[in-house]
Amino acid sequence: MNGVTFGVTDAWTLWVIFGLTVITAVTRSFFFLSNSEWHLPHWAQRGLQYAPIAALSAVVIPEIVMTQGALIATWQDARIFAAAVGVVVYFAKRDVLLTIVLGMAVYLPLHLSLGW
Amino acid sequence: MFWQRRLNQHPEFKHGLSDLAPQAFGQIAWALMTGVALVKSGMSVFESVAMTLCVYAGSSQLAATPLIVAGAPAWVVLATGFCVNLRFVVFSLHMRGYLMHLPRLPRIITGYFTTDIAYVLFVRRFSHPEHTDEGRLAQEAYLAGLSLANWSSWMLFSLLGIALANAIPTSWGLGFAGILCLLGIQCSLASSRLRVLASLVAGAVAVLAYALPLKLNIVLAIAVAVLACLMMEQVKAQKAKPV
Repeated sequence: MNGVTFGVTDAWTLWVIFGLTVITAVTRSFFFLSNSEWHLPHWAQRGLQYAPIAALSAVVIPEIVMTQGALIATWQDARIFAAAVGVVVYFAKRDVLLTIVLGMAVYLPLHLSLGW
Repeated sequence: MFWQRRLNQHPEFKHGLSDLAPQAFGQIAWALMTGVALVKSGMSVFESVAMTLCVYAGSSQLAATPLIVAGAPAWVVLATGFCVNLRFVVFSLHMRGYLMHLPRLPRIITGYFTTDIAYVLFVRRFSHPEHTDEGRLAQEAYLAGLSLANWSSWMLFSLLGIALANAIPTSWGLGFAGILCLLGIQCSLASSRLRVLASLVAGAVAVLAYALPLKLNIVLAIAVAVLACLMMEQVKAQKAKPV
């Protein structure tokens, strides 16, 4: 083997990708999909303020603090250090790209050399 | 859209291209990283390419990928993608005034190509919708220029990232760059106390309810966080009322 893998493609994933494509189109044109003018109920308009950050947090936090379905029991985990640095960098510089770069600069040495 | 001559021959089209160029440059590393992260979090190359070409929404791609790999049911993946994309719903309300003179299909195609960057640059240049045919054409041409520059640079570097990913061993853990990217976007959205609360509640519920089947912890976390914030708004509003 040359170490190159192409993974397995399954039809289910392709359907999900199609669904996500429809969601991109629908969310980006949400208020001009219909020809007639209409309004969201008040609670839904307010909910729009909170749902995106909640969705990101729900995906991101378990990926940082959990391993195989359990909360990590050790502090020797590269992800927590990288995430902590990432958050500090974001609020200091307001730059997502720098957050990724410096976060990975913490993550990779800990992960590769210490095996955290 | 940008393939139409009436738009890409218009002088505003070039303005759109050149206004987006510096942004596209800044986006190179992000696009590369997204391509690498898709493959390194366990999607096949074909799936990653299909997702990149079709979905064209970096944050929803990155959020959906761990769920797809974990075998979550389709509706959970789609609901999560929808919630991550809800910021576009807010943009679309603003863009409505600029686009309603177009027929429905061109409107939706225009919407599909209007990313965060394109939206921000567009409303910065045109703070009000034009009402003459000439003015509308100029706006449409400018948006088409932005869209072409944004789409082509994103696609080029995402696909390059997917190609490069195969040269990098999965054990390096580069998929984590995708999580850091989402974390950065999450921080950028934390613009009010209640949004910080939404973030904390959703994170805690997602961890506590992790044992739920079908990745339902994600859906539960979003629902609890949004409800908690709406309730806090009510409480605040009542406190603010003079007795």
